[in-house]
Amino acid sequence: MPKVQVKMTINGREVEALVEPRTLLVHFLREQLGLTGTHIGCDTSHCGACTVDLNDMSVKSCALFAVQANGATILTIEGMAAPDGTLHALQEGFRQMHGLQCGYCTPGMIMRAHRLLKENPNPSEDEIRSGISGNLCRCTGYQNIVKSIQYAAAKINGVPYQEAAE
Amino acid sequence: MIPAKFEYHRPTSVQDAVALLAQLGEEAHPLAGGHSLIPVMKTRLAAPEHLVDLAGISSLKGIRREQDHIAIGAMATQSEMIASPLLAEILPIIRETSLLIGDPQIRYVGTIGGNVANGDPGNDMPALMMCLDAEYQLAGRNGERRVRARAFYFGAYDTARQNDEILTEVRIPIPAKGHGYAYEKLKRKVGDYAVAAAAVMLTITNGTCRAASIGLTNVADTPLWAEAAAQALVGTRIDRTAIANAANAAEAITNPASDGHGPAEYRRKMTGVTVRRAIERAKLRAEV
Repeated sequence: MPKVQVKMTINGREVEALVEPRTLLVHFLREQLGLTGTHIGCDTSHCGACTVDLNDMSVKSCALFAVQANGATILTIEGMAAPDGTLHALQEGFRQMHGLQCGYCTPGMIMRAHRLLKENPNPSEDEIRSGISGNLCRCTGYQNIVKSIQYAAAKINGVPYQEAAE
Repeated sequence: MIPAKFEYHRPTSVQDAVALLAQLGEEAHPLAGGHSLIPVMKTRLAAPEHLVDLAGISSLKGIRREQDHIAIGAMATQSEMIASPLLAEILPIIRETSLLIGDPQIRYVGTIGGNVANGDPGNDMPALMMCLDAEYQLAGRNGERRVRARAFYFGAYDTARQNDEILTEVRIPIPAKGHGYAYEKLKRKVGDYAVAAAAVMLTITNGTCRAASIGLTNVADTPLWAEAAAQALVGTRIDRTAIANAANAAEAITNPASDGHGPAEYRRKMTGVTVRRAIERAKLRAEV
């Protein structure tokens, strides 16, 4: 089976590579490009750990072939912090609000939350919970993940974060 | 998990895609969003030797009004249908159903064409399309033809689509203004297939039901059009007796499997429950 030439923009960098058609996007990112921040969790498109941003959509990179992403613009967790290392508002939020414990789901959560906040900069708690309904976390019970996203939304919108009364 | 090897094709026109499928034969499979196909390729329950990706065919995109129909291109995604002002105005039941498919990430990629053509009885759109009396446009070597959704499904993964045909468009008659609608899906959690689900469309004038249609998801090896259940509502004021009659008639045509979604008896009973809830909600929404 012939390999296919693909070209993508990943985290602002142009990447050209030869891929086997059966190579999944997540394997391409992790194994061919060394971008191991995107995790493989369930490998059955349920858990969302492999979520990346592709042409302004959140997608599960374990359920797409790399060849399908030919020509696409992709953002992974490695592209979130500023070049000088300053954390993205979402990364800061997850750190400040204790939005992770083992951390395995975190890259997928952050990439999904990134698209959610782009589409809905000021989401309600319900909108956050349904927005991340394709991402599973087995540690936190989601409470602090919701707070982390609220923290990031406030920071991006330039307003002080206020924790809701429980 | 890594799928078996295959060759990848990305035609840019329906004509080229159909020619490829005809030339490559039974070992070729069309690829839409891939969210049904790729998971089964990963477990190697499917191992097509050729994939013909439809993503490069721009004519398969878009949602349009055409006289008395809405035409939805096969590669329109669930997200695009959810965001469509045209569908929100004319066929809001499509938005309601789309929001119950998969999860946000799946809905960015999953397409209506893949959902209806795959023939998986767990998919939500087929029963809705039966309820709406949609037609599927198929393009093949010998030209184009249309098949009603109500005549498309023969068995699990067995449909009227020939191997060398591509489903290009879903055509839905514009329903009456002020109709009532609901898609009621019972599932254990986000992303699951339905234990049972029901699509209901109603037209009510002066308090009396003038027209009704009901489709059922995942309670047989095909989606079901529950004709007798809908007829049990027509001419009534949709009171408790009529609703119970419709729910019973719907349960009677089911033949669910006992599987991870529950035992068959439970799923049959839940069909009646989803039908009742969908009728009640549709009735509240209808302009009477």
